[in-house]
Amino acid sequence: MAHGPAKGITRWLFTTNHKDIGTMYLWFSFAMFLLGGVFALVIRAELFEPGLQLVEPAFFNQMTTMHGLVMVFGAVMPAFVGLANWMIPMMIGAPDMALPRMNNWSFWILPFAFAMLASTLLMEGGAPNFGWTFYAPLSTTYAPPSVTFFIFAIHIMGASSIMGAINIIATILNMRAPGMTLMKMPLFVWTWLITAYLLIAVMPVLAGVVTMMLMDIHFNTSFFDAAGGGDPVLFQHVFWFFGHPEVYIMILPAFGVVSQIIPTFARKPLFGYASMVYATSSIAFLSFIVWAHHMFTVGMPVAGELFFMYATMLIAVPTGVKVFNWITTMFRGSMTFETPMLFSVAFVILFTIGGFSGLMLAIAPADFQYHDTYFVVAHFHYVLVPGAIFSITAAVYYWLPKWCGNMYNETMGKTHFWMAFLGLNLTFFPMHFVGLAGMPRRIPDYALQFADFNMIASMGAFLFGAAQILFLFNVIATIRGGKKATDEVWENPEGLEWTVPSPAPYHTFSVPPEVK
Amino acid sequence: MSSEGSYYVPEQSKLPIVASLGLFLTVFGAANWLNGDSKGPTILFCGGLLFAFVLWQWFSAVITENINGMNSPQLKRSYVWGMGWFIFSEVMFFAAFFGALFYVRTFAIPWLGGEGDKGITNEILWNGFQSEWPVMTTPDMAVNGDAAKVSGPGQSMSFANVDSLWSWLPFWNTVVLMTSSVTVHFAHTALKNDNRKGFNLWLGLTVALGIFFLILQAEEYYEAYAHMGLTLDSGIYGTTFFMLTGFHGAHVTLGTFMLLVMFLRSLLKGHFKHDDCFGFESASWYWHFVDVVWVGLFIFVYILG
Ligand code: HEM
Ligand SMILES: [Cu+2]
Repeated sequence: MAHGPAKGITRWLFTTNHKDIGTMYLWFSFAMFLLGGVFALVIRAELFEPGLQLVEPAFFNQMTTMHGLVMVFGAVMPAFVGLANWMIPMMIGAPDMALPRMNNWSFWILPFAFAMLASTLLMEGGAPNFGWTFYAPLSTTYAPPSVTFFIFAIHIMGASSIMGAINIIATILNMRAPGMTLMKMPLFVWTWLITAYLLIAVMPVLAGVVTMMLMDIHFNTSFFDAAGGGDPVLFQHVFWFFGHPEVYIMILPAFGVVSQIIPTFARKPLFGYASMVYATSSIAFLSFIVWAHHMFTVGMPVAGELFFMYATMLIAVPTGVKVFNWITTMFRGSMTFETPMLFSVAFVILFTIGGFSGLMLAIAPADFQYHDTYFVVAHFHYVLVPGAIFSITAAVYYWLPKWCGNMYNETMGKTHFWMAFLGLNLTFFPMHFVGLAGMPRRIPDYALQFADFNMIASMGAFLFGAAQILFLFNVIATIRGGKKATDEVWENPEGLEWTVPSPAPYHTFSVPPEVK
Repeated sequence: MSSEGSYYVPEQSKLPIVASLGLFLTVFGAANWLNGDSKGPTILFCGGLLFAFVLWQWFSAVITENINGMNSPQLKRSYVWGMGWFIFSEVMFFAAFFGALFYVRTFAIPWLGGEGDKGITNEILWNGFQSEWPVMTTPDMAVNGDAAKVSGPGQSMSFANVDSLWSWLPFWNTVVLMTSSVTVHFAHTALKNDNRKGFNLWLGLTVALGIFFLILQAEEYYEAYAHMGLTLDSGIYGTTFFMLTGFHGAHVTLGTFMLLVMFLRSLLKGHFKHDDCFGFESASWYWHFVDVVWVGLFIFVYILG
């Protein structure tokens, strides 16, 4: 198996190689990131000033919906699967993923699914306009006809996620090199193992809920219709049973990435490895019993409000353990601040801000005020942008030299970081204020008193967008040339991936390494 | 974890991308059809055919690889993990529908009927609706009488009384499916003992029982539609009844088909050895899973229904 990749386009179409597939996932994710980013900029352009300037309110709704869907299912999730594909086999000393053909299948479903989803923009009645959370009856009784295509797109991307997750679990449980015991696995592998479990547990529930919608729309069932004895609130329960674990699906691998990077640049082993593993597991467990914190205002019995309030607050404990461990890892380390480290440190700080606003939202009586305001938007963008997105960016800078054999341009990397950092804080920090002052989310126009903050947010958003173009440019330049990277790339980094040459050969660990 | 030297990483393969295309055309056709586009059925049919063809090729390729001895014990474990987690995902799919049933019965219906704090909807919107399960009179009927758009069933499928147990179709469905779980186990034991004849016999019997179950189920649906006024759109009872039993029936169909393929592989090609029978084993796990779901259905949809 010493041979290299096939020539031409078939290399990508027919590949079974985890590195090729990882690369395709990452490029696909970046394309979706740009597409979702364009949708976001349409939103921010409209909100630059009060009043209706650029788009129709109906189209505005399509933009918020498509932005959320594309970012969650098209940008963040595939990026992490791409990283898993590239790194997990190399980190555990495996020759490839456990089921290489299914691996390629998981990937190739995605372009089809998203082409179908994006094509709804051109359909009569427009794209889905009911928000990425697609609450019934907005998404059933009052939905545009394109909802059917949306439903099937969700079905097949769910199938892709489930197959991807099965593959990752089989790889981790079955393909570790001799001596690579579970408690020696790098944390990125650990967090992905748990994420894959979450995916297999909740993607079928998402499939279930869209199936119920499909039946209500086309076959007159009564799942979400009180006239027949169903309940629209049922939709929200089933959706959030998927939805809350889903947000952890988007953040646990990010925890893993950051736990790889911080020790390298602090030049100290990760503080509290075992506690990280246990904290990740408890977060995963708790994520199944907190879903109704998204539904405090929907009219639940008081016992339900209390249960979900306290269960949600409990999550702050293992999350706190993680933040503590990252900070303690850095404490008295001999730190340097290369681009991946900058993104990781920013991750720790800004994600924590998002965690705190989450805690505020978890207080049920307070959430009666905050719910469906920009405060919620600020919260989840603080956990997703400097959380999930920053960790993905950090991972790309960290491992890119291993992938392509060249060092990226550090100055450009740092410029990217500061632009992104500034841009996102300008965009999302003011949202806390307008939210607390009562500006509702998902509206194309707003009261005059919110004007200044919204203008700042819009300018920040365009700055953030521009930063990503620089990122793209830097990555392409690195792939095409640049200073040669050493095999270790960084100073004494931990892990098997640094024992193979840079760029990593097409096939690594055909013979399993011995792990001490 | 393992130390076996070379793990078989297949060469390039056209299967995955063509499978993606087939899957896409299938759902794209289905969506067009549902939205009333006349090209829908054709696209669906072509996509489905393509998809089925690729899966056929794919499974053949895997079987051939195994026969040619390319599959190390480690690779076989990957397949075992794969099937196991796939079944878990199926469990969660059913969990969503069972969850919907429990939610509706414990919360939604009593609230619609005026119970507790949330009962206010009864006064304002659904005045006259009485909480009951099965919901025979829907909230719509309670308010709008004959003008109601969503009417309840004429009769339900719930267990009526003990005397009629022997003539109660779901009871026989349970007997048939439970028996088939035992026969598939006997088939496995026979295979373990290298008893080819016994294997074929028990497996064939299992397939027959699967088909028999499906016939009974079809009969039940016929009764429901033709004589009981119980249809998919008869309110939440019809919804939950047909969606739960329908998805289960679809899984029985798939399971029967899988077992049938295994049966034919054994009968015609002499596949499977006592220590090399993953295809059969995974089909039998699937079968047991389908059986367990049925037990859940029997209890919560029929007996306590
Ligand atoms: C300390 C941990 C966290 C707590 C206590 C928390 C709490 C909450 C609460 C109570 C809400 C509902 C607010 C409302 O709609 O009124 C919410 C919304 C949300 N959270 Fe968090 N959260 C936490 C971490 C996270 C993380 C890590 C992510 C994702 C990476 C996340 C993503 C979201 C999203 C996407 C929403 C909004 C969903 C929507 O309505 O569109 N949260 N969070
Ligand atoms: Cu949540």
